[in-house]
Amino acid sequence: MTVKQLSVFVENRAGRLSNITRLLGDNGINIRAMSIADTKDFGILRLIVNDSEKAMQVLKDNSFAVTITNVLALRIADRPGGLADSMACLYKDNISVEYMYAAFISETSETAYLILRPDKTDEAVTALTEGGFKLVSDEELKSL
Amino acid sequence: MEEVRKYWDEAHECMSREEMKKLQGEKLVKQVRHVWDNVPYYRKKMEEAGVTPDDIKTVDDLCKLPFLSKADLREAYPYGLLGKPLSECVRIQSTSGTTGKRVVAFYTQADVDMWEDCVARAITAAGGNEDDVCQVAYGYGLFTGGAGLHGGSHKVGCLTLPMSSGNTERQIQFMQDLGATILCCTPSYAAYVGETLAEMGLTPDDIKLKAGIFGAEPWTEEMRQEIEKSLGIKAYDIYGLTELSGPGVAFECCEQKGMHVNEDHFIPEIINPETGEVLPDGTKGELVFTAIDKEAFPMIRYRTRDICVLSREKCSCGRTLVRMAKPMGRSDDMLIIKGVNVFPSQIESVLLKMSNATPNYQIVVDRVGTTDTFEILVEISDDMFSDTIKTFEELQKKISNDIKSVLGIRAKIKLVEPKSIPRSEGKAVRVIDKRKLV
Ligand SMILES: [Zn+2]
Repeated sequence: MTVKQLSVFVENRAGRLSNITRLLGDNGINIRAMSIADTKDFGILRLIVNDSEKAMQVLKDNSFAVTITNVLALRIADRPGGLADSMACLYKDNISVEYMYAAFISETSETAYLILRPDKTDEAVTALTEGGFKLVSDEELKSL
Repeated sequence: MEEVRKYWDEAHECMSREEMKKLQGEKLVKQVRHVWDNVPYYRKKMEEAGVTPDDIKTVDDLCKLPFLSKADLREAYPYGLLGKPLSECVRIQSTSGTTGKRVVAFYTQADVDMWEDCVARAITAAGGNEDDVCQVAYGYGLFTGGAGLHGGSHKVGCLTLPMSSGNTERQIQFMQDLGATILCCTPSYAAYVGETLAEMGLTPDDIKLKAGIFGAEPWTEEMRQEIEKSLGIKAYDIYGLTELSGPGVAFECCEQKGMHVNEDHFIPEIINPETGEVLPDGTKGELVFTAIDKEAFPMIRYRTRDICVLSREKCSCGRTLVRMAKPMGRSDDMLIIKGVNVFPSQIESVLLKMSNATPNYQIVVDRVGTTDTFEILVEISDDMFSDTIKTFEELQKKISNDIKSVLGIRAKIKLVEPKSIPRSEGKAVRVIDKRKLV
């Protein structure tokens, strides 16, 4: 139960982010979540989109270096401690999180979505599912 | 079955040392007389050096003659070094480059024939014969690459595809449709053709290429391996200068251990670039050539600026022609950064050793105050791409450390997006030296 995340290598130059988002928008690709990890010279733009295959092709055709990584999309209760509970669930099984970020999907207030990349993907899926947490699939993500 | 032809001109390519020296001596005596009589510019140089044609009796007297350099070519531009009246010349070729740096060379029909014969030797050494389809993807026009390989290919009797460079997908389509077996172009373009082949979803099995003859720019052993793998061929080096004729002054045989110099036409010497003193075989120094057959543009002791080594060790291919190592770089290309001599080829060899690193890079040198800054832009590719910053930082550090150990100085490594470094399909711009603009 993972979702496909695109990672794009982006130089720190003016206009790069606007180029990429415009390019995806013009091709009818909807961004569901994103984050940027950056250094002084370059960054990695991480994206969850409604059509990762198409987005990958569009970016490649425009000479971006891009790769697909499987990450988890976790639904948590939007209340104090909701995130802490899921982290505790992973910690208990010795799984660490390489990075995570929030997704802007839901307009209702009961739930929030988190994108996270654990060091051990399969174990994390098991731990979270058994702990009663809800993971979202690519298909579900599209319909949200 | 007819035996496959191993040499184009066995008599000369496998000549004994004594016979070769005798032949070179005879030609040299004649050539010096020709230049004395017909090229006042060089005659004046000889007079200033106190040498007359009577002083030149054998090839061992070559060292008595004055050098010609790029500066002479500039000074004598355009007709000052002509050895024949223009009415006897049939061709002009030229290097690229801005006015002043551009070389314009003249050829009589005999010069063209000799040149094409040299290239025919190279094609034959690469396994080419009249059954081959030879795709010439060097630029055509004034550049000697296209004309030279085209002429040589005709001479051998290959079916010649005069593609010129560029339009890479069409190049590959022709390769597929017409079964090209030999590709001739610059090594950077060959690497690009290899990349494009993969991008088109094709493999070396989809084309019939067996050999490539690549020259006109420096390339490394690692680059050879990349090209050989990506196109499924054996890649042969070819060397030449427009000043001397063009590609074919020296060529590689199947042993791939240095290039055999066509020394029955071009006598090579290695000199100390500072003193001009002739150095023994096996010593590193500047390569100097004397063209003993050229009529229209007869270069005597022309300093190539190429730093290289000559070897007379016996070659298993059977040729006795002296071999020159791949030039370590032109002294023109050499950068002095923070007081250290840097050849772009050294940086290239470091980058190609990085697993998955692409060879596309650019060196940027600048000066802040009195200190040189040294930066290398490296294009990242999909296969070296990872999802974490950590991996990129490790890659940066590894390149930086390797550069430090090769050059002795540290460079700032900047990773850049694919295809963001301007790349011409002919020669790549590898160096931007902003210090010269001040
Ligand atoms: Zn050989």
